[in-house]
Amino acid sequence: MPLWDRIRRSQVWKSIFRHPPPVDRPNRVKVVLTNLILHLHPVAMPKHGLRLRFTWCMGGITFFLFLVEVVTGVLLMFYYRPTIQWAYHDMLALRDVVSYGILREVHRWGAHAMVITAMLHMLRVFLTGSYKPPREFNWVIGVLLLALTLLLSFTGYLLPWDQLSMWAVTVGSNMVGAAPLVGHEGPASWVTDQSDLRYVLLGARSVGEEALLRFYVLHCVALPLLAAFLMALHFWRIRKDGGISGPL
Amino acid sequence: MFRIPDYVVSQRTRRAVLSRIARWMAGLGFAMLGLVAGLWSAASARFMVPNVATEPTRRFKAGTPGRYPPGHVEQRYKEEHGVWIVHEKYRGRWQLFALSTACTHLGCITLWQESDRRFKCPCHGSGFYPNGVNFEGPAPRPLPRYAIRLADDGHIEVDRSRTFHQERGQWDDPASYIPG
Repeated sequence: MPLWDRIRRSQVWKSIFRHPPPVDRPNRVKVVLTNLILHLHPVAMPKHGLRLRFTWCMGGITFFLFLVEVVTGVLLMFYYRPTIQWAYHDMLALRDVVSYGILREVHRWGAHAMVITAMLHMLRVFLTGSYKPPREFNWVIGVLLLALTLLLSFTGYLLPWDQLSMWAVTVGSNMVGAAPLVGHEGPASWVTDQSDLRYVLLGARSVGEEALLRFYVLHCVALPLLAAFLMALHFWRIRKDGGISGPL
Repeated sequence: MFRIPDYVVSQRTRRAVLSRIARWMAGLGFAMLGLVAGLWSAASARFMVPNVATEPTRRFKAGTPGRYPPGHVEQRYKEEHGVWIVHEKYRGRWQLFALSTACTHLGCITLWQESDRRFKCPCHGSGFYPNGVNFEGPAPRPLPRYAIRLADDGHIEVDRSRTFHQERGQWDDPASYIPG
């Protein structure tokens, strides 16, 4: 008996993969339905779902880039300390001292690319009219995901802790301070500079170590968790709203 | 009668050849995928090994022997290096040596009590004489010594990468003390 067959008939293999090699249609369906990774895809795909000229594969590429950001980001977290004493030096060390210093660049390029592909995905959905009923709510989730992508970029921008990131976030958080109602300098403001949204975001009245820690936690934990939840909802709704949209 | 020669009617149909090529291409694709995954995993594992340490060096200079009069216990290297530098009698001879500050019971950091002239462990009450030998509490062994020597510039150099244990008779090793 060839080795491959012996592996396939072993109890270990059978305990992991419950079905024999999919040679007939019922087993093909079962193999897809009983596998966590495979079941994310529908059992049967419409042919137009593979038409690259229609889909651009931009949603898939955006999701792939999110996974790249998660993997490289977790690796960077092993060296980066979000303190005034260490943040800038750890960032430089990640480039110059640590093995495979290109990982930080991959994380950064991936972030830029993800903003671009998310917007191109949005453009494709708009141009093909795929936002129309019954997919209106999924468009809304998609807009929230775009906002989260931009917020992830914004919070990640502070972490190198150089002049560029420091003043960029100063400008960005001052814009929050000028927001209506919740910003102390905004129209119809009813808060002070120690109780407005900017104060909550920075943990202080100016960008300092409190802001660095808050942006770090938002960037590494809070926003990715929220994005992962919304993505699950986004993908699930594609299936529930009638599958991938096709040419009319 | 006309007969089609064998080499024209091949057993290998066009479909069989094409599907074999397709299978090979798929196999090649998965092999490349596996290669990339393997390289990525190896690179990630290497990434996890730090190239630079920010912890204190194992070897440090501790001034000239004149700084340590007989009976002196130096506490300034406790915080950074975890070392007592002691000028004390051991087996009737004055010696200058470097003791570990970690209690030999469970590794708590001992305190120097000048009034009682003993190292005292705050965790379970072990006590050590100034020469490092345990005399009370649960500590099973004396505090280990680190390598110590007079460097060429006349300064004391302590090397924490080598330890000397009294219970193994290693305190007789001249690398474990400077004769006082």
